[in-house]
Amino acid sequence: MASREAGEELESFAAEVGSGGPVAVVGGRTRWEVGGACQEETRLVRAPAGVRGFDPADMTIRVGAGTPVTELDAVLAEAGQRVNLPLLPGATVGGLLAVGRDDVHALGRGRLRDALLEAVYVADDGRLVTAGGPTVKNVSGFDLCRLLVGSLGTLGLVGEVILRTWPRPLGQQWLVGPCDPVELRRRLFSPSSILWDGHTVWVHLEGHESDVEAEAELARSLGCSPADGPPPLPAHRVPTGELKADGFPGSYLVQVGTGSAYVSEPFPLPEPDPAVVALHQRLKAQFDPGGRLNPGRDPLAAS
Amino acid sequence: MRLRRTTGTDPLVEDLCRVLPAERVRAAPLERSIMGRDSSIFEGGQAGPVCFPISTEEVQGCVDAARRHGRAVVPRGAGTGLAGGAVPLDEPVVVVTTKMNRLVSLDADQRVAWVQPGMINLDLSRAVAAHGLHFAPDPSSQQVCSLGGNVGTNAGGPHCLAHGVTSAHVLAVEVVLMSGESVVLGDADGFAPGLDLRGAYVGSEGMMGITTAVAVRLTPNPPAVQTILLAFDTVDAAAQTVSAVIADGIVPAAIEMMDRNIIWAVENFVGAGFPTDAAAVVIVEVDGLPGGVEAEADRVGELAIERGGRVRRAADDQERALLWKGRKSAFGAIAQIKPNYYLHDTVVPRTRLAEVMNRVYEIVDEHDLQVMNVFHAGDGNLHPLLLYDRREPGIMARVHAAGSAIIEASLAAGGVLSGEHGIGIEKRDFMQLMFSEADLDAQSRLRRAFDPDEMANPGKVLPTGASCADVNALEKVPEGVWG
Repeated sequence: MASREAGEELESFAAEVGSGGPVAVVGGRTRWEVGGACQEETRLVRAPAGVRGFDPADMTIRVGAGTPVTELDAVLAEAGQRVNLPLLPGATVGGLLAVGRDDVHALGRGRLRDALLEAVYVADDGRLVTAGGPTVKNVSGFDLCRLLVGSLGTLGLVGEVILRTWPRPLGQQWLVGPCDPVELRRRLFSPSSILWDGHTVWVHLEGHESDVEAEAELARSLGCSPADGPPPLPAHRVPTGELKADGFPGSYLVQVGTGSAYVSEPFPLPEPDPAVVALHQRLKAQFDPGGRLNPGRDPLAAS
Repeated sequence: MRLRRTTGTDPLVEDLCRVLPAERVRAAPLERSIMGRDSSIFEGGQAGPVCFPISTEEVQGCVDAARRHGRAVVPRGAGTGLAGGAVPLDEPVVVVTTKMNRLVSLDADQRVAWVQPGMINLDLSRAVAAHGLHFAPDPSSQQVCSLGGNVGTNAGGPHCLAHGVTSAHVLAVEVVLMSGESVVLGDADGFAPGLDLRGAYVGSEGMMGITTAVAVRLTPNPPAVQTILLAFDTVDAAAQTVSAVIADGIVPAAIEMMDRNIIWAVENFVGAGFPTDAAAVVIVEVDGLPGGVEAEADRVGELAIERGGRVRRAADDQERALLWKGRKSAFGAIAQIKPNYYLHDTVVPRTRLAEVMNRVYEIVDEHDLQVMNVFHAGDGNLHPLLLYDRREPGIMARVHAAGSAIIEASLAAGGVLSGEHGIGIEKRDFMQLMFSEADLDAQSRLRRAFDPDEMANPGKVLPTGASCADVNALEKVPEGVWG
């Protein structure tokens, strides 16, 4: 017995995905090339869109995966809440989850992957599958939600999700200056972002107004001054460890404390551990033995 | 691979003794009998040889030996699990990681530590305290539970409301798969390309491999903390205040609720100053920078007073510690009332708390039992404690019937089976109430990707029928395992 019934829209989405032929779900195409190009002749489908349920006192929201993230944010803003997804114009909720790339605020707000509580997806055989559960805390069974985030739609096509929401902070401020990023991180209690290009640091503070002001005062004493926002991120994401190891051409921006850096010129990354590659292959074989879901995209090739 | 049970343990034990010194391979009936249980109510598990490795290589050797002899493997930490996840079925090789208990490395600037799986949860926080850091997940058993077990169950605790459960604090896990291979899932720096194998593994209850090391994210100690005790004349008013706090845009570090019976028991036990005339108390802790903490503590007090609550703010660290001592002594305090208890663990949407609690009271009345509630109200994580004396004839049937009804009531309110204890044996056969056949099939596929032969901790989490090897194992479960 399934205790959770899918709505008509999800049933239609599942029927559209069907059980045969290459198929991919398309969102806003903002990160469509991440992890490789979708194979030609792949049928494209769109996930349902719109807010399906929101009770601010639960601090969770049920939303179609095809919903633009800016539309979701506008609904949440009215209740003084937000989700931990990047507000990328044009991007859909499902697309951002499928790519799984953190916002620049991951240092303070946490990882994007933890935003997802429940996902209803269409499996390779056309069946609807529910992963996770609707509550903020849940260890019922294996954590398929974490597996879906960043899977580029290669294990299942997500139609609807429940996300955890957070209060919008009352105050926020960006600062910039020629500071030491390690010192800044050590001295500030909980900055939401520290970015460093090798010379200059950008730091974002958020929280209660008086705390932001006090932390900003501390940052100013370390050489920062108010800024309008972060610099543009270079195009390619790489692990910070690789940045340390080698000289490289172009510019970079380190997202301090998250292991990620952005570089203007891509460089080859080390091959992943063969045991990790084998696990990826076995997962794909279990979830999509026919290779019909989003062919051409490879999560291991995503950066 | 078909998991089979061999008679006599000598060839297997001999093989294991080639991997480990003989004193760390225990096969005597008494030692196997001790490992037949965990902290759940399930009795009658059957352990095979019990191994105490001290390195990843030794764990690999144990797995290889088990595989050669067609035995399943059950990883075990401190054995504090409450869902029977570590109860061995069908004489598997039990691999106990408690001797792997070192802090391997600490990078205080990056706030990352590598730890071995046998390290005790609270020992980690103590070890990094000098750096102003702690490990945020704090299960009630944190003085005795191990970090490997925390990973296995994706453990929670009172302070996971704002900071998230174990998965949010694990950056990477070194795992020995049932092939004998050792693999690192995730990345200690935080950047791991590809699928989130780390996330899929955390909470897998020992069914995907054996944790041999964990890279944990450490949390800076907050500069300011306020702990507030709210007392209410009705459980409804307490539950409504919890919802009101969340709806007001406050995410405290912790919101814990205790009802009348447990208040009395705790007060009698440790004298924490809880008002024994209250129907419910709520402990709210807000932490962070001083401005936000003061504002939120004031607002929590206002919301409580608006709902008829009385407010007491801990004046200093000593009083704060006393309030928490009261909360964390709850389970010990119960022994004054009944010798046994069954601790349940379900989650409901926070807006349905009052309604489900009232239903819990009705259920225990219908089954002529006593209940106490002490739980993580802020995230809707109920912990009804059913009290009983196991010597009373027929009592277990009533305890189980009431427990089933509580689970069903939680699901009916849009909740889930478990918030932090896991599924184990306890709720395995309830999984079909929450998940469809297709949902369970997907979970089974995830497990098989990690453990194609279903050799790791068979018979847990996935209900009978979800996998062939598990069915084979369960046919041989002795009478009495199900309590």
